Amino acid sequence: MWDSILFNLIQVAVIVGLAPLVEGVLHRLEENVQSKRGPNIFQVYRDIWKFLQKDETVSAESSWIFRFAPYVAFVMPVFVVLLIPVLTRYPLFLAFMGDMLAAGFLLALGGFFVSLAAVDTANPYGPVGASRTRMVGFLAEPVFMIVFFTLSFMAGSTIPYIVQAGWTATPGGFFEPVHILTMLAFLMLILADESRIPVDNPSGHFELAMIGKSKYLEYSGRGAALIKWAGAMKLMVLICIFMNVLVTPWGLTGEHTLIAVLLAIPLILLKVFAFIIVLVIIESSLAKLRLFRISEFLSAAFVICILAMVTKLMTS
Amino acid sequence: MLHMLTIPLDACCGGFFLLTAIGIVGTRQMLACLRLYMVQALFLVMAAMLIGIELDSGDLIAVAIITLITKVIAIPWVLKYTLGTEIYDRREIDQVLSIPLALLISAALILFSYFVATPMVSAVGQPFTDINLPIGLAGLVLGAFTVTVRREAIAQLMGLLAMENGVFFASISIVPHLPIIAEISAAIDVPVMSLIIGLLVRRIHKRVGSTAVGDLAALRED
Repeated sequence: MWDSILFNLIQVAVIVGLAPLVEGVLHRLEENVQSKRGPNIFQVYRDIWKFLQKDETVSAESSWIFRFAPYVAFVMPVFVVLLIPVLTRYPLFLAFMGDMLAAGFLLALGGFFVSLAAVDTANPYGPVGASRTRMVGFLAEPVFMIVFFTLSFMAGSTIPYIVQAGWTATPGGFFEPVHILTMLAFLMLILADESRIPVDNPSGHFELAMIGKSKYLEYSGRGAALIKWAGAMKLMVLICIFMNVLVTPWGLTGEHTLIAVLLAIPLILLKVFAFIIVLVIIESSLAKLRLFRISEFLSAAFVICILAMVTKLMTS
Repeated sequence: MLHMLTIPLDACCGGFFLLTAIGIVGTRQMLACLRLYMVQALFLVMAAMLIGIELDSGDLIAVAIITLITKVIAIPWVLKYTLGTEIYDRREIDQVLSIPLALLISAALILFSYFVATPMVSAVGQPFTDINLPIGLAGLVLGAFTVTVRREAIAQLMGLLAMENGVFFASISIVPHLPIIAEISAAIDVPVMSLIIGLLVRRIHKRVGSTAVGDLAALRED
């Protein structure tokens, strides 16, 4: 039991420690595609460190929610990591505490508090960004629900470890349309949820066009550091779920030794890197959608996951 | 004995086939619509190849090759020849319904065609029918939906051609030894049809100045 707890803590440490690196590599690659040199891949660590050194300025108009929200946003991805397969194929100590739905709700809770905090300040851009994020969230919710339902129907369980084992058990099942269409819908969901390019421009600095970023404009010092770190962690958690449960369910260790668990870390980094390359290709080749076309993007995702569900339910 | 991977791979082709059918309903760009049709025809070719190899049917392989030549190569060429800049131009297509609504309706149509096709599957009794028949039927219905929902002649032509793709997608599984003469006749028929519609559209364009046939609602007296 103790080694199971230890592996669980290693898993958390991997996500918390390496998420800024993942985001740094992503920034670097995106700038490289645009023929720029790009920032150092450790720049996100430096930013976080710099923010942590600085004093925090809080608006006198704001309430406790504004001060509380960065901690919630930071802790929620850490909770989710306890539930999902990152390094090991076998369920770890806390894996049965919650299922994929719980993971989704935990991440949504962090987003909810950040939105509340954005409305809490008197900054006019905060509520605009918060309400836009909620709009994207409303549209993404049915997609999330049906993807979740299809996955758990396929595997007969809602625990991510068991879903992951289900794909590796039958090699033919990997090519079934339900799997590939669900992958596609989930990818679109990640793009929408993480405010990536077809939905929102993550590197934009124009407040009126922002969706995701304008919620954090009021933060400084420790709050800004935590929010930045939490964003990187959330991205890496979603990538880990996507890669380990859906796309490449292989390569996780099945052994109960410390060495094997540590050796699984480079493999997960490799998978995350592969995803980042795909993300860079998507972000460099597509244009940002206008605000009212986001509903088209997400309704396409909805139809795709309905299609996945129908092709599975109606033919078996 | 069927190979273990053939049915999932065929199902995968079917899934993408349906996806491109939805894309033809929902895309905004003219050229993307044509490309999606070509991709759809490619998935039809792949499914026909898979079933042909699996059931040892030379006819189906011939069907695949003929489809590849007519639908992926000949039809785009014919349309380029007749329409030229009309189609190889970056422009948007007009729709009667908004795109999210059209996409949701097409999801409902897919459900409907699965409900209709599932009782028929057991009557046929071929190994691939339970995958191909509902998907082919859905392709047919979605093509018809494209024809009704688009206001643009070329996009309507894409809907007609997509309907034809859907019919073939279903028929390759129902009749494994599809007589090659049927396929050859269709192979000549479809490019000729697109040639005629293409010429007609060109006449309309010359006369009216656009190809948005949805706006042509009233007769004009000279």
